[in-house]
Amino acid sequence: MKKFIAMLMAAAMMMAMVACGNTASNNGGNNGSNNSGSADEGGSTDGTVVIRIGGIGPLTGGNAVYGVATQLGAQVAVDEINALGGPIQFEYNFQDDTGVAETAVSAYNTLKDWEADIIYGCTTTAPCVTVAAETFADRYFQLTPSASSTDVTEGKDNVFQMCFTDPNQGVTAADYISANSLGTKIGVIYNNGDAYSTGIAEAFIAHAAEIGLEVVATETYPSDSNTDYNVQLNACKDAGADLVFLPIYYTPASLILAQASAMGYAPTFFGADGMDGILTMEGFDASLAEGLMLMTPFNADATDDATVNFVESYKKLSGDVIPNQFAADGYDCIYAIYAALQNIDGLADMDHEALCEALIAAFTAEDFSVDGLTGSGMSWSTNGEISKDPVVVVIQDGAYVTM
Amino acid sequence: MSFLNNVITGISLGSIYAIIALGYTMVYGIAKMLNFAHGDVIMVGAYVCFFATGSFGLHPVAGVLLAMVVCTILGMVIEGLAYKPLRQAPSLAVLITAIGVSWFLQNSAQLLWGAAPKVFTPVVSGGLSIFGGQLNISYVTILTVASCLVIMAVLSAFIGKGKMGKAMRACSEDKGAAQLMGINVNSTISMTFAIGSALAAIAGVLMCSAYPTLMPTTGSLPGIKAFTAAVFGGIGSVPGAFVGGLLLGIIEIFAKAYISTDLSDAIVFLALIIVLLVKPSGLLGKYVPEKV
Amino acid sequence: MTAMKQARRLRKATVNSFINYAIVIVAFIILQILLGQDMISNSIQSMLVPVCCYIVMAVSLNLTVGILGELSLGHAGFMSLGAFSGIIVSTALKDVVEAEPLRLLLAMLVGAVMGGIGGVIVGLPVLRLRGDYLAIVTLAFGEIIKNVIMVLYVGIDGDGLHMATKEANLTLAEDGIAIIKGPMGAVGVTKIASFTAGFILILVTLFVVQNLVDSRAGRAILSLRDNRIAAESCGINVTKYKLMAFVVSAVLAGAAGALYGLNYSSTVASKFDFNTSILVLVYVVLGGLGSIRGSIIAAAILTMLPEMSFMRSSSLKDYRMLLYAVILILVMLASNNPVLRNAFGSVSKKFKSSKKQEGGAAQ
Repeated sequence: MKKFIAMLMAAAMMMAMVACGNTASNNGGNNGSNNSGSADEGGSTDGTVVIRIGGIGPLTGGNAVYGVATQLGAQVAVDEINALGGPIQFEYNFQDDTGVAETAVSAYNTLKDWEADIIYGCTTTAPCVTVAAETFADRYFQLTPSASSTDVTEGKDNVFQMCFTDPNQGVTAADYISANSLGTKIGVIYNNGDAYSTGIAEAFIAHAAEIGLEVVATETYPSDSNTDYNVQLNACKDAGADLVFLPIYYTPASLILAQASAMGYAPTFFGADGMDGILTMEGFDASLAEGLMLMTPFNADATDDATVNFVESYKKLSGDVIPNQFAADGYDCIYAIYAALQNIDGLADMDHEALCEALIAAFTAEDFSVDGLTGSGMSWSTNGEISKDPVVVVIQDGAYVTM
Repeated sequence: MSFLNNVITGISLGSIYAIIALGYTMVYGIAKMLNFAHGDVIMVGAYVCFFATGSFGLHPVAGVLLAMVVCTILGMVIEGLAYKPLRQAPSLAVLITAIGVSWFLQNSAQLLWGAAPKVFTPVVSGGLSIFGGQLNISYVTILTVASCLVIMAVLSAFIGKGKMGKAMRACSEDKGAAQLMGINVNSTISMTFAIGSALAAIAGVLMCSAYPTLMPTTGSLPGIKAFTAAVFGGIGSVPGAFVGGLLLGIIEIFAKAYISTDLSDAIVFLALIIVLLVKPSGLLGKYVPEKV
Repeated sequence: MTAMKQARRLRKATVNSFINYAIVIVAFIILQILLGQDMISNSIQSMLVPVCCYIVMAVSLNLTVGILGELSLGHAGFMSLGAFSGIIVSTALKDVVEAEPLRLLLAMLVGAVMGGIGGVIVGLPVLRLRGDYLAIVTLAFGEIIKNVIMVLYVGIDGDGLHMATKEANLTLAEDGIAIIKGPMGAVGVTKIASFTAGFILILVTLFVVQNLVDSRAGRAILSLRDNRIAAESCGINVTKYKLMAFVVSAVLAGAAGALYGLNYSSTVASKFDFNTSILVLVYVVLGGLGSIRGSIIAAAILTMLPEMSFMRSSSLKDYRMLLYAVILILVMLASNNPVLRNAFGSVSKKFKSSKKQEGGAAQ
């Protein structure tokens, strides 16, 4: 009974906080926009349309670093577009899913309650697959910056990707290695607890067999919190692999590079887009990554105006963190949505369902293409997959050099 | 040769588990509580050392000492605010509070230091090459094993002799009786936490020297593994934690090397279950007969 | 008049049980009315089924931890078994059993059976151990179940079910579909779980657990918790009753898992890890060991708490999980604070005694 009363106390405390919270949330959207009251679709008197973009990704937990990157990358784009003062204005609300499907669904529903018009996310694959099924049923347009499995888009006409699909990356990597004869005996180390990593690795291995690339070792580890990769590296070394393919994120990759160097094993390492960011890790010894090749659509060191401006704005928002391709993909997502919205007539009268159909039509239109940080002339097929050119870079003297 | 290589890898992984498990088992042995926040204190220790050596340019030894001081204070604050009020409460209540503290530390670390992983600069680098470079033992591994042995010796001496050690053993056996004998149980347990947290700082620095990525969740999985190691060796037993940690590391590496990398975790835990079924109080744990 | 006499003769435990049923039923009716009026936000609506699942998980874990008195850290493992077997059943029977509620029922039954089988396999060796050693072994089993499902590929075609540990080894006929795809988990699941099913599952759980506790077997289980040696010397079969409580708990977790798995279009094995087991344990301890009602309320409130609109508002959302941790610690401290407890204790005693006097006066 005492416990019960204690629980009641807790409930009462919560209710009190709900009250505080509601007043707090009335203070407007995330980006300081002051028209949250009139934000609902309806055009205001001066003809501007406010579109609410709801973002989902992990802001806490082990994957937080990727979620924060997609959150802030999109924030940069939203701020820029709003500063233009054009007829389309964005409101942006990014919710934490902790990298878990169940939380992602409630984050999505929170955004529905906020009357979002477009869903941006999720960052990681597993939550994205679950949320995509929900947006498909509810008819929200969804664009994910980084969830790359084909399961995300399969059978859902409303879900689009900004990143390459996993099989696409695996096949591209195998073709590239074979065409440039980068290695004769290939080792693969991947995270078999992760859909992204497994997706690329399986496509790579299958395609390697087709084109006659010899894979001599296939090694796995169970999660990105794994710390010791000596066994996997030894297996590749013993099998005589002269190229090791690492379709994994950069956090575990930094450990693999360090441990390979400590054991005196120096094959060519070849990574996928998750490898981008390795040079931005605070304290990372760039000499370890010397000669590392990766497929990344984005290079933070590029000197074109768009990239320089983006990197500068991003650093201001993030407290001097250098953006990686997750952030750049997020930035491009917002601009792609912006470009598509400009092709739609009668935005002011649309609810999210009508907007969803209009955006699907706009994204898959023959002549629709977007130039962004992660590629130029990006276009989308009806199954939601992006078409852009893969870029392979090699790290020399601590910087990307395009091959 | 690859067998020996695997043994060395196993020892270097195991020594990390062992040094974390030492702190776990000491706190458990005396305060009789599973401190699930131990792994996160380790993470804090590593961050402190990272910033001390990286941003302030302190010498690594000074960094370790600073980390120990900060963790000791943190440990005592946690103990005083979150655990002390629960001295009379059932042990599960303390366990849940410890989990709350663990979440608190992880989330505070993320707010303070960001989610982006940092690469820790090892306090010692390089390694020993033997047999013409076919075998490599890193100095961090040697340092970790040596630290484990020193800590074990010091802990055994401290707990075995001296007034404070006696008080600790008395509290461990029977808190009520210890109090009747004039021992200040509260301050003894606080002292235990202080020592355990200082050990956590050392473990954090050594762990991140061996595996140099550092993020807010760095401590949680090694924390669970070290808890497993402590139980493996017989929880509460200081030498048991060392043996348990080393064995767990070696089993994990062997499972990966010779059976399956896919199922290595399952194999490690299966080995643990088998050991506990044969020896229900762990490898070196004391069997305590129950009385009615 | 005789009815009243009988009612008075009802023991305290029975009254308590009925209060629990009443709370659940009233909550369900209120929620249904609010749902009918469209007065519940989407985010709360989406939480209804998971909350039901966590309530069942908490009540069933309470049977092991609170009533049997053994700490289990692997309860999510049984949920996982239930979830994935439930998904397989539901997908396999898609064309055979058209009616969704019936298919859900079958899936939950199979999930319960699988949970129960897991419970026996884990329970038989494990229950010989004691205290923290038992806890770590249940943790180990939970992780093993997770690890094994993570590398499992299951598909179905005209010839029946196929299983493999590598995607390449899973050979299916043309019409075959892969149901579980290793780390990707189960994808493309038809969502057939419903709040009503969750409500019924809670009632069934309450019925099973409360009647078990209130039976001869239940008293044997309670005596094991209070003093195993004394109970054993009175001739109580320790293994039998321990296993009974443990398996019933696993069966219910399996059923909850099936409901949970069928509430999402995709589910991954890594969801059912140590953290989920710990989360359920938090509900049990916070609600009060052995208190069924406490488990229900704690599970409901704590599942909802981080998802409430104020927690996700722009001013607080960065501190959401931090706040959750702080609230957890504070509630834990408050509910175990002797001063507060005494204060509440005397209030509730006064409340009770005044009620009794009123009752007496009415007669």
